[in-house]
Amino acid sequence: MIFFTCLCSDGGGFSSILSSFSKLFFIAGVSSNSVGNKIYINLNETFPCVRLLNATHQIGCQSSFAGDVGVVHLLESEENLDWVLGSGPNPPYMVILESTLFTRPIMMKLKHGSQRVAGVVVVEPTTNPPDGFSPHTSCPNENTGVYSESYGPSYAHCNVTVWNPLGTGLSYEEFDFPIFSMKDSNDTEVLRRCYREHNRAVNGSTPQYPLCAMQLFSHMSAVRDTATCMRRSEIPFSLTPEEVCDPLGDENVWASTKPLNNTAKGHKEGESVVIAAAKMDSRSFFFDVAPGADGTATGLVALLAAANALRNATAELNRTILYTFFHGETFDYIGSSRMVYDMENNQFALDLDNVHSILEVGQVALGSNSRLWLHSDPVSRRNSSVNVEKLASNLHLAAAGLNISLEEPNVTQPLPPSSLQRFLRARPIPGVVIENHQASFTNKYYQSIFDNAESLQLNYSPNLTAEEQLEFVTDAAKNLTEVATAVARGLYLQAGGHPAGMNAVQADSRLVRPMLYTFLVRGKNSWSEQLRGQSSDGDVSSFSSEDRPTNFYIGVHQQMSEPRFMVQTILANLTGTIVNVTKENCQKQKEDEEDVRNKHLYYYQWVQGPLRPNSTERDSFCVRSGVRRFAAKSPAFVLREYTS
Amino acid sequence: LLACFLADPAPVSAGLGFLTTPDPGVPAFFWLVSLLLSSLVWFISVQISNKESAAQQKGLLIFGVVLSVLLQETFRFGYYKLLKKANEGLLTLSQEETMPISIRQLAYVSGLGFGFMSGAFSVVNILADSAGPGTIGIHGDSQHYFLSSAFMTMAIILLHMFWGVVFFDACEKRCWWAVGLVVIVHLLVSCLTFQNPDYTATLVPAYVILFGMGVWAFYTAGGSLRNLKLCLTCKDKDFLLSNHRPR
Repeated sequence: MIFFTCLCSDGGGFSSILSSFSKLFFIAGVSSNSVGNKIYINLNETFPCVRLLNATHQIGCQSSFAGDVGVVHLLESEENLDWVLGSGPNPPYMVILESTLFTRPIMMKLKHGSQRVAGVVVVEPTTNPPDGFSPHTSCPNENTGVYSESYGPSYAHCNVTVWNPLGTGLSYEEFDFPIFSMKDSNDTEVLRRCYREHNRAVNGSTPQYPLCAMQLFSHMSAVRDTATCMRRSEIPFSLTPEEVCDPLGDENVWASTKPLNNTAKGHKEGESVVIAAAKMDSRSFFFDVAPGADGTATGLVALLAAANALRNATAELNRTILYTFFHGETFDYIGSSRMVYDMENNQFALDLDNVHSILEVGQVALGSNSRLWLHSDPVSRRNSSVNVEKLASNLHLAAAGLNISLEEPNVTQPLPPSSLQRFLRARPIPGVVIENHQASFTNKYYQSIFDNAESLQLNYSPNLTAEEQLEFVTDAAKNLTEVATAVARGLYLQAGGHPAGMNAVQADSRLVRPMLYTFLVRGKNSWSEQLRGQSSDGDVSSFSSEDRPTNFYIGVHQQMSEPRFMVQTILANLTGTIVNVTKENCQKQKEDEEDVRNKHLYYYQWVQGPLRPNSTERDSFCVRSGVRRFAAKSPAFVLREYTS
Repeated sequence: LLACFLADPAPVSAGLGFLTTPDPGVPAFFWLVSLLLSSLVWFISVQISNKESAAQQKGLLIFGVVLSVLLQETFRFGYYKLLKKANEGLLTLSQEETMPISIRQLAYVSGLGFGFMSGAFSVVNILADSAGPGTIGIHGDSQHYFLSSAFMTMAIILLHMFWGVVFFDACEKRCWWAVGLVVIVHLLVSCLTFQNPDYTATLVPAYVILFGMGVWAFYTAGGSLRNLKLCLTCKDKDFLLSNHRPR
């Protein structure tokens, strides 16, 4: 399955609230002049929901070409919907929802009343809803995992365990009107006041013009499904070829404990590799908003810290560990499906015969009870050659002496949605997924805008400065350090390390803290700045992650995504070694003038380094690591088969 | 929106006069230049002023308006001088006894040109903003903004025409007090707009002044009640005769 996103030529929609036809207006994106300012109010912090396509459907929302205009109506309750759908005298309406009313029943009713509904605006609350909220499906990636009619049919389609019981599936519905989210700020107050003064029907009377109204622009060019859209984008003999949609994609990042020749693709004789995997993307209902705290960041940080913990122990291992960070797993396993495809077609530095086992780190935010669960695939386990028990016992050994417990669930259940499933589709490989839930997710905000620092209880006292917050030891950081240590030790044992040397492997909480802060609170801070570099093929200035948490959305393949850039940078610094190479040579991927060999084995990055005290200068240096990237775009685009 | 033209019922037929006089584009250009100069001065003074102080900005606006009015009247006078020179030149060339083009026609056209351009500038921006789904009022401003702008613009266009007629006539007769009065009335009308958004206080005096200027211009151009009656009942012999003049 492939996912597309369609972006209109200006890269997404923007909202304007306005009053229409002798109504009063709010608008966004209009030039500021005094008469215009008397008519329109621009809304700034808004996020649209966009059109996405897959092989068979289109999902998401869009507006008409010139934007959609409707009379503002603040929905007070589900019964109040009747005004919008039936009795209101001035359709179409622009429905403003508080987030408690953004539920499936209400949205479905609005969807079916689409003649009278011009659009929907959801007001983002300042705190997370306590009962949980997940617009994702209740059985994520159910058609692209390993379980199907031919493989473990009793486990397919979440027959045994519903992984995401709170999932409403709203993200996968198709809407014909624009839906935007708005932060609860001054503009929202103006909107509410405007509604109360002009639009509210008092005692059954009809509100008189002029009325308060809103205009939302989020026109999308893609329709129908992937095959249709690709065909339209590739119309030949056109003087002005127009791309109406772009494939979702970015790059996966991998690094190995032993240098592997990346130019020689295909099977590597004698290599037996343990893959340590994590995913680095997330999504929400709205475009370009994906805080992904429990869902993505915890696993990511744990694996990064584990990679750092093992950097000095690699000499004692007889198997290579391959740290792999997959992108696009949220959208039917874009990254892992591509890796498996590349491995099967000798496009990757290794192939599936080289893979010994797989350890995946999933959602590992610890609640009050510090228990983690080891999930494995019951179907492949029955095969005696697939030795999951060794992996599980290594992990149990690894967790001994730490404050967390690693257990296996006591019922036979399938694997949760994980990259391991795509590997199992190719061949049976022993693999374990570490998660914080025994059966259904404990994450109440899976793939939503609420899966943020607050849901992890990452609380920083407000009187701390940014620097102090970076250093502050939160409970989440402490727990995650323990998890990272367990993962590192487990990998150490699985890769052939001796149990006696295990205790020397320890994750550093001084790295976990700033990593969590960078991903979940503020992307641009002193720690991340000093790690950033300028690579010869990367444009640093296009990476903009400022005063807000990292956006884990994968985006389209032409645009670099934030998490990938950060993971590649952090991984290079955490697993690499500093070498004495000039900046010019470093950026050309060589150690000195005559060097031509090393670029096949290593990746060189010129790192900005820390600020000198009392100065704006930095001590920059060159880091040599085994960090590599490869395309994470669905193989369907390579094969040009869009219907599978 | 554009003004209904009060046909000037002077002996010189306005409609026909329109065809035999120079086009109003030239005086329009003069008005444009005066606007350019005054806005340049205003822009520079705003840049060097204290942008935070609202009182200072308001003061600068008043200064800008006054300067603009004075410049417009100066350019009107300049146009008059230019026309006089051109007429004298034509007179020496054509060896006729009488002036080929009547100063009254030129006055009327000059006023028309000025009014046209002034009206266009006043209204085009507002028209552009009114195209679109919204109307004024989201911050509580009055609903009558567009309507009042339209009426005010109409008044100003007509006033420019009347001022043109009176001004040129006063310059011909060397009646400098009349010239001064025209300038003062122009200043008055422009400053009336500072009373917006109290539209009644702006529009009513403006229309009173319009009526007054209209009457003054009518009498200056040689009109009288008798002329008016004859014209309206189509019995004006001079008018009918001038229609049959061979080309």
